[in-house]
Amino acid sequence: MNDAYIYDAVRTPRGKGKKDGTLHEVTSVRLSSVALNALKERNNLDGHAVEDVIWGNVTQVGEQGACLARSAVLYSDLDERIPGVSINRFCASGLEAVNMAANQVRGGAGDAYIAGGVESMSRVPMGMDGGAIAADPHLAMKAYFVPQGISADIIATEYGFSRDDCDAYAVESQKRAAAARAEGRFKSIIPVIDQNGLTVMAEDEMIRETTMQTLGGLNPSFKAMGEAMPGFDAVALLKYPHLEKINHVHHAGNSSGIADGSAAILIGNKEFGERHGLKPRARIKATSKVGTDPTIMLTGPVPATERVLAAAGMSISDIDLFEVNEAFASVVLRFIQAFDADTNKVNVNGGAIAMGHPLGGTGAMILGALLDEMERADKETGLATLCIGSGMGAATILERV
Amino acid sequence: MADFHYSVDADGVATIAWDVPGKSMNVLSYAALEELNAHVDTVLSDDNVKGAIITSAKKDFAGGMDLNVIAQMKSDAGDNPAQGLFDGIMSMHGALRKIERAGMDPKTNKGGKPIVAALPGIALGIGLEIPLACHRIIAADNPKAKIGLPEIMVGIFPGAGGTTRLVRKMGAMAAAPFLLEGKTVAPAKAKAAGLIDEVVPADELQARAKEWVMNATDADIVKPWDAKGYKMPGGAPYHPAGFQTFVGAAAMIHGKTNGVYPAAKALLAAVYEGAMVPFDDALRVECRWFVNVLMNPSSSAMIRSLFINKQALEKGAVRPKDVDDQSVKKVGVLGAGMMGAGIALVSAMAGMEVVLIDQTQEAADRGKAYSEGYLDKGIARKKATPEKKEAVLSAITATTDLEALKGADLIIEAVFEDVGVKAEMTKKVEAVVGPDCIYATNTSTLPITELAKASERPDQFIGIHFFSPVERMMLVEIIKGKETGPRAVAKALDYVRQIRKTPIVVNDARFFYCNRCIIPYINEGMRMVGEGVSPALVEGAARLLGFPVGPLQLVDETSIELGVKIAKATKAAMGADYPDDAVDEIIFWMADEGRMGRKANAGFYDYDEKGKRSGLWEGLGDKFPLADDQPDLTEVKHRLMMSQVLEAVRALEEGVLEDIREGDVGAILAWGFAPWSGGPFSWLDMIGAGKAVEICDGLTEAHGTRFTTPALLRDLADKGETFYGRFDSAQDAA
Repeated sequence: MNDAYIYDAVRTPRGKGKKDGTLHEVTSVRLSSVALNALKERNNLDGHAVEDVIWGNVTQVGEQGACLARSAVLYSDLDERIPGVSINRFCASGLEAVNMAANQVRGGAGDAYIAGGVESMSRVPMGMDGGAIAADPHLAMKAYFVPQGISADIIATEYGFSRDDCDAYAVESQKRAAAARAEGRFKSIIPVIDQNGLTVMAEDEMIRETTMQTLGGLNPSFKAMGEAMPGFDAVALLKYPHLEKINHVHHAGNSSGIADGSAAILIGNKEFGERHGLKPRARIKATSKVGTDPTIMLTGPVPATERVLAAAGMSISDIDLFEVNEAFASVVLRFIQAFDADTNKVNVNGGAIAMGHPLGGTGAMILGALLDEMERADKETGLATLCIGSGMGAATILERV
Repeated sequence: MADFHYSVDADGVATIAWDVPGKSMNVLSYAALEELNAHVDTVLSDDNVKGAIITSAKKDFAGGMDLNVIAQMKSDAGDNPAQGLFDGIMSMHGALRKIERAGMDPKTNKGGKPIVAALPGIALGIGLEIPLACHRIIAADNPKAKIGLPEIMVGIFPGAGGTTRLVRKMGAMAAAPFLLEGKTVAPAKAKAAGLIDEVVPADELQARAKEWVMNATDADIVKPWDAKGYKMPGGAPYHPAGFQTFVGAAAMIHGKTNGVYPAAKALLAAVYEGAMVPFDDALRVECRWFVNVLMNPSSSAMIRSLFINKQALEKGAVRPKDVDDQSVKKVGVLGAGMMGAGIALVSAMAGMEVVLIDQTQEAADRGKAYSEGYLDKGIARKKATPEKKEAVLSAITATTDLEALKGADLIIEAVFEDVGVKAEMTKKVEAVVGPDCIYATNTSTLPITELAKASERPDQFIGIHFFSPVERMMLVEIIKGKETGPRAVAKALDYVRQIRKTPIVVNDARFFYCNRCIIPYINEGMRMVGEGVSPALVEGAARLLGFPVGPLQLVDETSIELGVKIAKATKAAMGADYPDDAVDEIIFWMADEGRMGRKANAGFYDYDEKGKRSGLWEGLGDKFPLADDQPDLTEVKHRLMMSQVLEAVRALEEGVLEDIREGDVGAILAWGFAPWSGGPFSWLDMIGAGKAVEICDGLTEAHGTRFTTPALLRDLADKGETFYGRFDSAQDAA
């Protein structure tokens, strides 16, 4: 089996995923091409340089429909002989794209891939693609469907995280992200430029200074849908009958922000690097994906991590740095609790609570962030993992070379 | 004999009048459906006929489907009952769809004959599904008529196109109360809701129906869903508005039904899948889910207990056959407390003359005032009229004077639960009333045979056990003492029929039938708390079993005080055999802590100032700390279930219960025993006696002899039999 290496990783800054976000004016296909072009230029990827573009994207309707990956290739400066495939593993789509690409390379199906993803949540709002899991009564009841926010609150209730625990985590995430930005730690950021080469956006815009007091004033976001209409808590309690009630601790301040953004990673075997004169930055040592209880839904990082560690023949103590996607504060707190992980090794430069979570892109973004920090802090190993809608998890272990 | 009469008038308007011979209410049988189909064929093929009116020659249209039709479809199909049901139901769809399309050209929608439904009164179930297939529904303005689709109440859903048509007519949201809650309404409200099209004075019904047929145009008879460009009101599932509706509906139904009612799930699935395809596909989708429900043992059990057997018991299935009508004209109620007041109310509502006795005039008046308050509330909610209130109140005489009981043909005593007090009442009252008067005692704990000793006429002495609140609880438990005679039983049953409740008749033994089963359920819940099982898990497991109230909530509702009283009395009576010391430790401690239950605003739960439950009491954990190892959910469920079910089996073994139908119906109506299961015996049949024995043996080993497998259950398991196979009296009779 070949080794799969990361040769380069880029990401756009994350824009606020609402109508007043800076990237709202940028189409998702352009946002994708910004990342693809950056990789092409930085690595001289002329001609039929890679086998495929595997592109994570969640809400595949409207301008993100009809195989956005292929559209993005055609919109970009990449050669038209490079195809493109859109994939949807919800919030881990960007990481899953990397994992698929790495495993193709390891299995010998081509020398190199571009993998990553995009989400323009301000332009193609989350949920626009419907979905049987929520609306098909037979499936929704069979799977005890509840929305993610309720799931995050189940985690908090089941594993004993209070509102204060979650708020304290959020305050720390903002602090770390602000410090990292100030210190210029986000090496993989590339500016979003327009068709004239003018900069639209160069830095993350959602990071904000906050305090326990400020967060304390926010109302829980999922209380009404849980307790009143349509009453998702009742469904949650059918699956978790030992809980008396669900504590609604999550709100806009301790959950990931709605965001726009894109990221791309260049993955190839050893020969590819030699042929293009590129130096590998890290080896993709192992990958994993798991299914979990769809109701609590967001605990996937724990079994995904166990599985990826087993695949790598490593133990948790072998990992120097962790990126655990901050979908909700309780997701990360649960990860830390389950592995008794050192908080100084987890999300050291903040995460999605501070910077936002452009669904299809985030997985590739946090892997790039992990690699940046491994290099900066001179660490050998890193692990990135995300929780995933409908009860899944995915993880990747990187090892510097 | 025909169920439908066919005639054509001089103007070429056919009338298909439903009139099932020898019945007061039309019910659809298999043969009748074929008859109707043949008449529709005649209407469509006879060139002299312009259109048709489908109506009834009775005061009502129809009460529903004969559910035996379903059983017949199943059994006719031999080893593939699902295919039999599917084919049978699709042929019903074919017949109704023929009415709806009425010979129209499929492309142009022209050339059809108008068919109108004219409903003189009640139209329920298939009695509304047939009209829904017609081109217009006109109802007589009969405020007593109920119109709707109550199928869900007995564990199925409208499966003859009613689901598909109503959703397409009204939208999923508007149809929900009718489909998912089985709501039935009077014609005026049905019109306002869009269930029917027109309401006219009763004497104009037929003329108006004919007028409509004579004037209907091609466009008038095309259903919206058969016209081009049809869009579902409120949006189909993947329309933005529709999406929210469907996501919300699934969650709401799931939560409200605790996931244990297959019919509600299947109904919603049929609505969702049907909403995305053309009408004829939607009927097929509805049919597949309907068959799925009919094949579910829960639905069969619910139909059996909540429809067939409940009705049979109400119609006197266990009444002594050779005793003539014992309808009550004048009832004396002794004791005007909560129970007495409620008994007076329901008796007066049923048109009886009531004498309500208490020791002081104030107490008697207070008892009567309860009826006044109840009717005032009813008037405010438009459920009662001032005239009704006047009639009820004038029927109740509140007094201290026992002489007023003269002429009463039934006495119901509801005084303090004390043998001495009750005996004194019996003697005093028997001295006043006539020799034919039946004397009933409303006791929940005292043995009837013992109380009957005070009577001069023990054969006319009987127990009538009401549940609280009397006006709301639908079950009445009738208890025969050793010497109780058949006329007393008939009297009690006729009385229960008059007040429109469901009776069961049992023999005298400690706690009779219902309390005998409820008490162990409550005790098992408390026992677990004592063992350190999470109280939330205990209550949650009960919820998952489909019990409306967990054991800890139930003991709060009935009061810790009552629990203590019963425990002490039982212990005194049983002596060394008393098995519940472990429970007493908890309940006596709760009483010492002053946590007497809901009445005291403090029990296993905390309550806010308004008396609303705010959560389980945390103090419980200080006294009974949570065990590190919590049992798994299945074990908790089994303990809660078996604690009740085994008592039901023992009651049958001991002859307290004479008929398993009463055991099942009684359990559901008295204490809300998992209605989805059809009752304790149906539940045992569903899981199988073999499995039940395995569970009992395991529980006995882990938790003691209270779970010892009853010999009867083990015998059924050994022989591979079921309770209904061996004991169904209905089958014996057939």
